[in-house]
Amino acid sequence: MEIPVIVGGGLVVIGVGIGIGLTGKGAMEAIGRQPDASGKIQVAALILAALVEGIGFAALFAL
Amino acid sequence: MKNLKHSIIIIFALIFGLTISAAPNDNKIKDPKKEGSLKTEIKEYITHHLKDSHSYSITSWVDEETGKKVYIEIPLPVILYDNGFHFFMSSALKHGKKVVESNGNYYKLNYHDSKIYKTNKEGVFDYDSDHHPLNETPLDFSITKNVASIILVAILMFLLFSGLAKSFAKNKGISKGLGRFFEPIILYIRDEIAIPNIGEKKYKNYMSFLLTVFFFVWFLNMLGLTPLGVNVTGNIAVTFSLALLTFIITNFTANKSYWGHIFWMPGVPVLIKIVLAPIELLGVFIKPFSLLIRLYANIQAGHIVLYSLIGLMFIFKGYLGSSLSFGLAFFISIIEILVALLQAYIFTMLSALYFGFAVAEEDH
Repeated sequence: MEIPVIVGGGLVVIGVGIGIGLTGKGAMEAIGRQPDASGKIQVAALILAALVEGIGFAALFAL
Repeated sequence: MKNLKHSIIIIFALIFGLTISAAPNDNKIKDPKKEGSLKTEIKEYITHHLKDSHSYSITSWVDEETGKKVYIEIPLPVILYDNGFHFFMSSALKHGKKVVESNGNYYKLNYHDSKIYKTNKEGVFDYDSDHHPLNETPLDFSITKNVASIILVAILMFLLFSGLAKSFAKNKGISKGLGRFFEPIILYIRDEIAIPNIGEKKYKNYMSFLLTVFFFVWFLNMLGLTPLGVNVTGNIAVTFSLALLTFIITNFTANKSYWGHIFWMPGVPVLIKIVLAPIELLGVFIKPFSLLIRLYANIQAGHIVLYSLIGLMFIFKGYLGSSLSFGLAFFISIIEILVALLQAYIFTMLSALYFGFAVAEEDH
């Protein structure tokens, strides 16, 4: 049986979801530990989330 | 400032003139019970929206009495180069229903790919097996929807920020009116994006680019959420140009230590230096490439999701489905406003980061 291409799209989205989720988890925990540094942590988390997302989009467009 | 904005929109409308045009509708009015045709129609509508177009279409409907399709739109000028320039307004094309004669040549719009082809007098397309026209295409320099939107945003930004600068100087450094909204944003870009990433010494050279790119992307993203239906930042050519600017500025202002880190990474064994050089060189191109894909894909995906959710209303045809569709579309619209700002921020932030790599001093 041939697997439809869209299954790959689902897998990509699962991967990106896990990646952004872990980024957010790390950022939240870091803010919890160091509330003073929340500004810096937010910026870094946003950039990392954007990078993960970029990989996901690149994979989706390669489908 | 408010009057200024209004007058720009009015001038824009006056130049191009809002027209209501009617064209015969080839497709019979579709049977709403046939779901397959409705779904393909919605799909076609979405793909058509995502592409560039030769006019600002505001709305269209099929007149029940005459069976003709009525369009309300702002036509834009078409400029073609085909052994000399050809000018005419896009309203003459009648959405591909009519052949336009210009200096002895005949042109017709193909509705399916929104491109203008050179045809004979009758306007016949020669199709290949995939239903793509084989006709010759003239070089198209038209002021299309995207080009007009970019010009509009450029004029708006020029007037807005030169006006703000003047009022700022006149009031001895206190912002007034719209400036009270824009001043914190500009200061945020300087203090939180430019200075920490590029450094106290050199950030001033890059501020003009960072501010321009931030407001350009933000305004165009927001314009894409208005009913005008422009999809400028969701066009890969536009994001490619923006990323190309970042790429050029990064590499042309880069100092010796930047190139040193790429071709001959200091502080690691020679063997690893040789392995790292091609990877780092690839990174030079991947960085702006990820910028262009990120912006393009985010905006494109947002538009597709929003249109699909609104399209659900026509598939469900019921109180429950329509309210669900409305609720979801409303929710996604709010998210899209956030995404519009976030993508502009990320683009500026990453550009600043790359400029920072390029000018970093060797102090470690």
